[in-house]
Amino acid sequence: MNLQDTPQDNPMTAEGYTTPDGRKIGGVLMEMRNITLRFGGVKAITDISFDIREGEIRAIIGPNGAGKSSMLNVISGFYVPQEGEVWFRGRKRPPMKPYQVARQGIARTFQNIALFEGMSVLDNIMTGRLTLMKSGILQQAMWWGRAEREETEHREKVEKIIDFLEIQHIRKTPVGRLPYGLKKRVELARALAAEPRLLLLDEPMAGMNVEEKEDMSRFILDVNDEFGTTIALIEHDMGVVMDLSDRVVVMDYGKKIGDGTPDEVRNNQAVIDAYLGVAHD
Amino acid sequence: MVANEALNSIPALLARNVRLHGDLPAYREKEFGIWQSWTWKEAAAEIRATALGFLALGLERGDHVAIIGRNRPALYWSMVAAQMCGAIPVPLYQDAVAEEMAYVLDHCGARFVVCGDQEQVDKVIEVQDRIHHIEQVVYVDKRGMRKYDHTHMNALADVVAEGKAGHYRFDAELEKRIAELDYDSTCVMLYTSGTTGKPKGVVLSNRNIIETSKNSCEFDRLKAGDEVLAYLPMAWVGDFIFSMGQAMWAGFCVNCPESATTMMTDLREIGPTYFFAPPRVFEGQLTNVMIRMEDAGRFKKWLFHRYMAVARRVGPAILDGTQVSAGDRFAYALGNLFVYGPLKNSLGFSRIRVGYTAGEAIGPEIFDFYRSLGINLKQLYGQTEASVFITQQPDGQVRSDTVGVPSPGVEVRIAESGEVFYRSPGTFVEYFKNPESTASTKDAEGWVATGDAGFFEEGTGHLRIIDRAKDVGKMADGRLFAPKYVENKLKFYPSILEAVVFGNGRTMCTAFINIDLTAVGNWAERNNIAYSSYQELAGHPQVYQMIKAHVEEVNRSVAADPMLSGCQIHRFLILHKELDADDGEMTRTRKVRRRVIEEKFADLIDALYAGKDSVYTETEVTYEDGRKGSIKATLRLEDAAVAGGAAERMAAE
Repeated sequence: MNLQDTPQDNPMTAEGYTTPDGRKIGGVLMEMRNITLRFGGVKAITDISFDIREGEIRAIIGPNGAGKSSMLNVISGFYVPQEGEVWFRGRKRPPMKPYQVARQGIARTFQNIALFEGMSVLDNIMTGRLTLMKSGILQQAMWWGRAEREETEHREKVEKIIDFLEIQHIRKTPVGRLPYGLKKRVELARALAAEPRLLLLDEPMAGMNVEEKEDMSRFILDVNDEFGTTIALIEHDMGVVMDLSDRVVVMDYGKKIGDGTPDEVRNNQAVIDAYLGVAHD
Repeated sequence: MVANEALNSIPALLARNVRLHGDLPAYREKEFGIWQSWTWKEAAAEIRATALGFLALGLERGDHVAIIGRNRPALYWSMVAAQMCGAIPVPLYQDAVAEEMAYVLDHCGARFVVCGDQEQVDKVIEVQDRIHHIEQVVYVDKRGMRKYDHTHMNALADVVAEGKAGHYRFDAELEKRIAELDYDSTCVMLYTSGTTGKPKGVVLSNRNIIETSKNSCEFDRLKAGDEVLAYLPMAWVGDFIFSMGQAMWAGFCVNCPESATTMMTDLREIGPTYFFAPPRVFEGQLTNVMIRMEDAGRFKKWLFHRYMAVARRVGPAILDGTQVSAGDRFAYALGNLFVYGPLKNSLGFSRIRVGYTAGEAIGPEIFDFYRSLGINLKQLYGQTEASVFITQQPDGQVRSDTVGVPSPGVEVRIAESGEVFYRSPGTFVEYFKNPESTASTKDAEGWVATGDAGFFEEGTGHLRIIDRAKDVGKMADGRLFAPKYVENKLKFYPSILEAVVFGNGRTMCTAFINIDLTAVGNWAERNNIAYSSYQELAGHPQVYQMIKAHVEEVNRSVAADPMLSGCQIHRFLILHKELDADDGEMTRTRKVRRRVIEEKFADLIDALYAGKDSVYTETEVTYEDGRKGSIKATLRLEDAAVAGGAAERMAAE
């Protein structure tokens, strides 16, 4: 792998903080330094810096077109910013392919569900284990030796996730036949199957009714609590974001206009203006 | 079986099962996609360790241990472990909201509560500010529990581990307590669902449970090697008898589904040999089959209907072992190959030897459907106070309109008022902390009033139940009013989920109807009727038309019976919400609470009798988590044609 193996101590890694509900948040897991992303002449992101700490739920919010999804794509390595640096686990991350990012321990869900519609829920979640499988194509095709042992192990892990997300009843159902809310849950399950250090959720509540939103919020909190997974999420629904997250980055027109705890952000004039729609010069 | 062995408690039966069937499976639970199983030996070891753990936590003789959660081996084991310690298990309905739970927890004075998961623990914590006698909360599923204050809380696995570790300290004490158990010690306390008033704690002794289990196992020849699916609420007496009493007596295997939503898949995987379900489960399955057949190809449809006709004609006779011609037998065998076999397999009924239904009347068509497939479905009549069994149908004497002959050991008599009384070894000891109710229900000679009106059929000796004695009334002109009789007829239509008939002391009968969303939703889809909510579908003119046709059909059938012709429904409405136990309109066992509904929907009843065409109403609803909200609706009130003949004849007489 073409990873740059030059660990550099990050000054912020050491310290952490404690959330109001008593959870210990660790050092910096990922840091964005002065990121600027352009598509031709359009600046999607302008000079944004923030960090994501070990064990926290970090939200990125902002009105439509603020550059949230672009930001998530930078984090997941799908877009390579023209300027700025991405630091992950104390190392500067070189441009890499999405599967390499996945191997580093970053998993994501998509705003417009990207599951294999014809495959069962179980098989879809199994694909999440792909980067963790070690047996070769030949072994897998012949179902021989390591392939068999491995599949049993992976199936066990997947079943734990199925149990955790309470989707036992649809284990064998083709994903195409599921309602929207459940598909979202299956997508979360697949991302969890990769056992990520950092889980990226792109609008996990989009298009859901109140009950489905409550369920999803519960699951996000439980994932964070049970597996200690760090979560970065993009969300439209302000109410949900404020309840779920420990710290919030607010973006507008590709710029960062606020960063802090939900309370700090709520009282930030720039944020209020952005959401209430003050005219821009 | 070893002779003169004192089998006078559940722990004693457990010890015997370990000796006789030690290596046979005793419990199974599907978890992580796989059926995990425990032999009698393994289960007994777990139960003993749990009991030792309870002793370590300080469980005392006579304590009540509340058990709340879905059917899981760990919870059944906790019940037996509590018995070993000389304590009394009290299973609670897991879907009860905190408020309802508070009453029972307070009334039984539980010091220990065993919860299935975080949801149940949360409810217990919610009521703990009012109920101060709860000292220990034990939970099975560790998920989400890490952040809770554990000073008085333990994971069951830790309790079991502590029991194992500390067995030298507690072995002697546990042996002493087990030895103290006898036929008169309390086996379990079960709360009645309470169609009227507050739930009552029914105290059942080892004698009640074991004698009843023994008699009923012999009646149906249940034995080790049989399989049951434990999916009905643990707080219900039926589950306690089937999954605990009979399972312990006969030594058969109890299978716990993965979750409530996977019950049908799990049923199919296990293929129980002994199965109980309330009528609504059988109705639901039949509705599903019919809906799926509607979607099948033409050949399959033809095959299905062709052979179902054969089954209806000769199936029940073959099942009863009466004479059937060789040609019919051959046709039935073919049908079994093409239709019945695969159908039974997909329903999970391939191996059923004995099936029971009870609790409500079952529609004759539904009953006959299953019987004609060769499923030995029978009816029984019982109640919590009787440890279930009062009457049941012997093989070969099964009909949809009777509830059978008195169970072995049970005496039944009909009082002059028509009310059914019984006396049996299963008759309960008392209502807990409620001597007045005990005295008014059970007399000095041990006869118990069932509260149901019924009669013995001449010739066959089978009991027939008419209605709840207190629901039977008179109309304004003196004619008999038996609401359940009419409601049952209505509920036999797949589109009608619930019906409530009013008319006591009035000049005419009216009804509330609840549509069945599955059946009516499918019908709507087929007929291109668009709807966005339950409320909209319930109020749709075409749905009204269909229900009206059903009501009028029922009226014609009711009119045929001169005694009950006054119960024809003159006006009805379709309710905008499903009747729900969370709103107190039904009991947790889904029986309609007539008085509550009368009070809650008084405006709708008035409108029905005032002859209005529509009425605006606001109804308070309770969500699953206990929060309240309200729904507003304008309901249509509809007239239904009444079959005049019989009614007029009655009046003329």
